[in-house]
Amino acid sequence: MSETCKVSSERRGDVAILWTDGYINNQGGEEIAREAYSHLDQGVRALVLNLEKTRIVNSIGISILIEVLEKVMDCKGVLAFCGLTPTIDKTFRIMGLAQYAEIFPTQDEAMKKVTSQTA
Amino acid sequence: MTIPVAPEMEIVATAQAAALGEYIAMSRDKIDEVKLALVEACINAFEHANCRDEQLHLTFRLGREGKEREWLEVEVLDRGRGFNHAAIETPSPEKTFASHRKRGWGLQIIKSLMDDVDITSGEWGTRIVMRKYK
Repeated sequence: MSETCKVSSERRGDVAILWTDGYINNQGGEEIAREAYSHLDQGVRALVLNLEKTRIVNSIGISILIEVLEKVMDCKGVLAFCGLTPTIDKTFRIMGLAQYAEIFPTQDEAMKKVTSQTA
Repeated sequence: MTIPVAPEMEIVATAQAAALGEYIAMSRDKIDEVKLALVEACINAFEHANCRDEQLHLTFRLGREGKEREWLEVEVLDRGRGFNHAAIETPSPEKTFASHRKRGWGLQIIKSLMDDVDITSGEWGTRIVMRKYK
């Protein structure tokens, strides 16, 4: 049995959207980081991470997401999350991710906000 | 239920918790909270306990307080080296973002997501009992 998280992404103008599917643990977090850093290396400064197909993110996965967020902030970029379950939302707030990244209910809302910030 | 100390075994354990939560018609969001707390308890033990038998021993209980307050309880027992949980520093977002150390959130997450948490630990190992009301 494998619960490995699948990560896909797409660039839309100046914004990269990343979609996850499955359990985000250390491997899932590292996969997200690889994908995010690849976009940052290509000059993207706005990332939207859509977690609507993920129901569990463990604390190791979140610690890697914090590293990604710090790297985005170092690049003067912006990272937004969307599609969080209430439990993931709560955990992100406990660990402080919500203090440094915005959280939106839907991808459209996240895209609208980050696009306006990069314009 | 006994699970080996091995990658992703914590997810096997969550299936059991979910099945019992569904049996008492606990909401999906509360079941998710139990599942994440269980994941955190398991990975804490995997990483820090140094289990002598290379296993985690899980017990799932359903119960009721009074006529209405049903609960789901999960016990995670490891036969590791134990730890002084009172000496564990409470993490904070400020410390996490200011330092290279991003970890150490497991117990805080467990306590935040579950209604009652009891931790006992000694040379025999560690037992975490976590209860969530329906």
